[in-house]
Amino acid sequence: MPSKSLPMFPQAAKAALDNSQLRRNLGKATTTIRTKRASVVSELPDWEDLRAAGSAIKAHVMRHLDEYLLQLEAAVQRAGGQVHWARDAAEANRIITGIVRGTGADHVVKVKSLTTDEIHLNKALAAAGIRAIETDLAELIIQLAGETSSHILVPAIHKNRSEIRDLFRRTIAKGEDLTDNPQQLAAAARRYLREQFLSAQVAVSGANFAIAETGTICVVESEGNGRMCLTLPQTLITVMGIEKVLPTFQDFAVFLQLLPRSSTGERMNPYTSLWTGVTPGDGPQTFHLVLLDNGRTNVLADEVGRQALHCIRCSACLNICPVYSRTGGHAYGSVYPGPIGAILTPQLVGVKQAKTLPYASTLCGACYEVCPVKINIPEVLLHLRGEVTRGTSPLNPEALAMRELAHIFANPKRYEQAQGLARHGQGLFMHGGVIDHLPGMLGSWTTARDLAPVPRQSFRDWWRERQKGDQV
Amino acid sequence: MKKTAKDAILARIRGAIANAPEPPPIPRDFRERDERDRAAILEDFIDRLADYKAIVTRTDEAGLPQAIEEACRQHGISRLVLPADLPSSWVPSGVTVMRDDPPLSLAALDESSGVLTGCAIAIAQTGTIILDGGASQGRRALSLIPDRHLCVVRAEQVVGLVPEAIVGLAERATHPITLISGPSATSDIELSRVEGVHGPRMLHVFVVHAR
Amino acid sequence: MRVALFITCFNDTLFPNVGIATTHLLERLGHTVDFPEAQTCCGQMHFNTGYQRETIPLVRHFVEVFGTAEAIVAPSASCVGMVRDLYSKAAALSADTALVEAVDQLIPRVYELSEFLVKRLGVTDVGAYYPHRVTYHPTCHSLRVLHLGDAPLQLLRAVKGIELVELPNARECCGFGGTFAIKNVDTSLAMLSDKMRCVLDTNAEVLCSADTSCLLHIGGGLHRQRAGVATMHLAEILANTESEAA
Repeated sequence: MPSKSLPMFPQAAKAALDNSQLRRNLGKATTTIRTKRASVVSELPDWEDLRAAGSAIKAHVMRHLDEYLLQLEAAVQRAGGQVHWARDAAEANRIITGIVRGTGADHVVKVKSLTTDEIHLNKALAAAGIRAIETDLAELIIQLAGETSSHILVPAIHKNRSEIRDLFRRTIAKGEDLTDNPQQLAAAARRYLREQFLSAQVAVSGANFAIAETGTICVVESEGNGRMCLTLPQTLITVMGIEKVLPTFQDFAVFLQLLPRSSTGERMNPYTSLWTGVTPGDGPQTFHLVLLDNGRTNVLADEVGRQALHCIRCSACLNICPVYSRTGGHAYGSVYPGPIGAILTPQLVGVKQAKTLPYASTLCGACYEVCPVKINIPEVLLHLRGEVTRGTSPLNPEALAMRELAHIFANPKRYEQAQGLARHGQGLFMHGGVIDHLPGMLGSWTTARDLAPVPRQSFRDWWRERQKGDQV
Repeated sequence: MKKTAKDAILARIRGAIANAPEPPPIPRDFRERDERDRAAILEDFIDRLADYKAIVTRTDEAGLPQAIEEACRQHGISRLVLPADLPSSWVPSGVTVMRDDPPLSLAALDESSGVLTGCAIAIAQTGTIILDGGASQGRRALSLIPDRHLCVVRAEQVVGLVPEAIVGLAERATHPITLISGPSATSDIELSRVEGVHGPRMLHVFVVHAR
Repeated sequence: MRVALFITCFNDTLFPNVGIATTHLLERLGHTVDFPEAQTCCGQMHFNTGYQRETIPLVRHFVEVFGTAEAIVAPSASCVGMVRDLYSKAAALSADTALVEAVDQLIPRVYELSEFLVKRLGVTDVGAYYPHRVTYHPTCHSLRVLHLGDAPLQLLRAVKGIELVELPNARECCGFGGTFAIKNVDTSLAMLSDKMRCVLDTNAEVLCSADTSCLLHIGGGLHRQRAGVATMHLAEILANTESEAA
C-alpha cells in the first residue's frame, strides 16, 4: 500500500481539462459507448431483474467471503491447480516472480489485468530481470510509449493514430512501411504478438470471475489475446482480487449478461474463456491462482463502503460520469478512476491518502443508475466525505466556517441576521448591478459566473408585509 | 506457529464481516427461458451471426459434407485441421487433412489454412457459439490458431437465452470452455473498430436443420 | 388543502420571487398556504460536504417547525431530496430514536412542487400563460433522487402560449453540485460550458428548471457571457397568467 498521498484531484483535473485532444477523444469515446450501452440494455425486458440478482449475489458473497474462498481453493486444487494467498502487493509480486523464475523463463505474456496494474507487477518482474509483454493492443501501446492508462476499457484513448504509427515504427515494426490506418496498425500488432504467443512459456492474467463451486475461472475479452495467453503457454498464473469469487456456475447466467452490455455495450463480447485448474492435453499444464487482499479486507470491514467490492469492472460508471468523461483517468491518480475509483481507492489506500477523491463528484447519481450491480456510489461518496471531515483538524478554515454556518442556521434569529449581513455587505463586490467578484474561496464562483445581487426583500420579508395587509 | 498469508487473510475477512447482517435472499426473477418457437429463435441466431459478418450456410444433414467442401473451395482452404473425433462424413475432399491425433505442433497449426469443428451449444440472443472440448470440438488451440474457423451448429443445439446455455454447460463445467460471439475486435485506436486482431479472422457457420 | 411552504434558505434569500410565485400558484388553485416563519435551512450543503453530524440540529429544527403539517411543499427538488433521501441517515447519526421516528413520519408528507401538483393533486393544467420559447433542464435531484420523471414537463406542456423545446443532453449534470462548484471549479466550469452550449443550441429565450441552484450556476454563466438567455423557475412560469403581463 502506498504511503504517500495521491495527487489532488482539482489540480490534476485542471491539467487534464486543458488537453484538447484528450477532451475530444474522451468525449467521443464515452458518448459512443454510453449510447451503445443504453441501446443493448433497453433490449432486455428483465434488465432490472438481472441487476437485482447481481447485486444480491455480490452482497451474499461478501457476507460469506471466507467460505467461498476456501471452497474455490479446494475446487481449483482438485482440478490440478495451485492456489496462493497474498496479503499485499509485495507478497503477490514475490509469489509470481518466484513462480516465473522457477520455470526459467525470462519473459511472460500478459492479458490486461487491472489487478496486476494495481500491484505494479510489471515493475516487480522487471526488477527480477523478467520482461512482461502486454498483449492487449491498448496496453501494448502504452507500454511501448512508457505511459499509464487513462480509461479502464480503452486505455490508449489519449493517443491518436499517427502517434501510434510513429510508436510502432520505432518499436515493434521497425523499418516497416506503416500508414496510420487503424486496420494496418492492428495488423502490425497482430504480427508482432503472434510470434510472442507461439513461443511464450508463461502467461499472466487476471480474472473477471471465479466460481467457488467448480473452481472455474473466467476471462472476458474482445481481441483474442486472452485466448492466446490462456491456451498456448505451458504455465499460467492468474492474479485475482479476493472479491471476484462467485458462488456457483449458474451465476454466470447473471454476470455474463450484466458485464458485456454494461462495458462495451454489446450483447456479448467476442471471446469469453472459462477454465478449471489443468486439463491434460488442452492448455497450460501448470496453473497458479494468486488470491490478493491488498486492502480489500479494509473495504470489507466498512459497513457502507463494502459495496464497492461488488464492482465487476465494467466501466459503465466511467462512461456516464460527467466528471470522468471530461477529466479522464489520470486525474484520479489511481488504477481505478471515475466514480468507482472515487469510492474504492480511498478505502484501499486510506482516506487520508486520497481525501480529494470523494469530492470529485457532483453527486449527480448517473453512475448509480447504470451500475449493473447497483452499487450506491453517491451513498458511499457521502460516507467517505464524512470520514474526510472527521479526520480534518477542527481549526481548518472550511471546518470552522461550516460549523459557524450550522450554528447560525439552527436558529431563526441568527439566520435572519445573516441574511441581513449578506444583503448589506454585497455592495463591495458588485459592478453594474451584478456581483462579479467574491472574496477568498468564494472567488472561484465569480471567475466565470455572475451572481445576481441578494434582493432587498427576502421571501419572509414579503410574507410578513403581506400578512400585515400591505400586499396581495 | 507462523501465521500463513491464508490464515491472516481469512482472519481479516472474518473480523471484517463479524457483525454484518445476513443480506436478503437472492431474487432470480430474470428470464430463464426463451418461450418463443424454435423457428423464431433460429432466425435470431442467424441474424446475429450475420450482424457480426460470420458467413452462414443453412443446410441439412445430407447436404452438410457438400457445403463444407464448397466452403473450403471458396475460402481457398488447402490444409484443414480436424479434431481427432470429427465424423469422417464431414471431412471434405480436395484438402490436406490435419487430424489432431497425435496432437499437432503449434507450428503446424500456424501453417494450416483453417479448422473444422462442431460445437456444444449456441445462444440465439447473442449469436454465441460455445465450444467445451466435447464431441467434434477438440482442444482449444485448434479453433484459435488457424485463420479460418468452419463451425457446424445443429439447429437443436441453439438455445434462446444465456441462462439456458449455462444450464446446458453444467455437466462439463470444469472443461475448458470458449464462448465465441463474433470476430475479435478492438476499438483501441481512436475508437475505430478494427476486426480480426487475434484468433480466426473468418468464421463460417453451417446451421444444420433436422430435415 | 392546507400547505406548509418550505421555501428553502436559498430561495428565501436569493430568489424570493420563486416563493411568491409558489404562493400565488397554490392559492390560485384553491389551497391555503402557511409559512412557518421559524424555518431556516435543511442542511443539505453541510451533509453533502461531509459535515453530517453538524446537520443534526438542523434536522431537529426542521422537524419542530414542520412536524404537524399535512403537506409540506418546496419549490426545490434538491432540498426535498435532502429531506426524503438523507434525513433518516442524519437522524440515525444522532442516535435519538425519537428523532428517527419523527423523521420517518415526516418524510411522506414532504413534496417537491411539481410532484405535489401532478402526483398528489392530479393536476397538470394550472391555467398558466407564458408565451415564450422555453427549454427545460431536469436537474439530477429531480431525475435520480426524487424520480419526478416528466411531471415538470407535463405541467409546462399545459402552459398556454408556451413554445417548449427539448434540451439536448438534458439528463447530464450542469456541474453545480453545491460545494463542488467551489472545490472543483475547473471541472464545474467544463460541465457548465457544455450545458450552456446545449441551452444555446435550442435558441430558447428562457431556461427553466425546478431548482434555482442549477439556474444560479447556468444562468450565472450565461449572463457572464452576455448570452441573452433568461432563467425562470418552474413556479414562476406556472404562476404567470393571462391577466398578469408576462
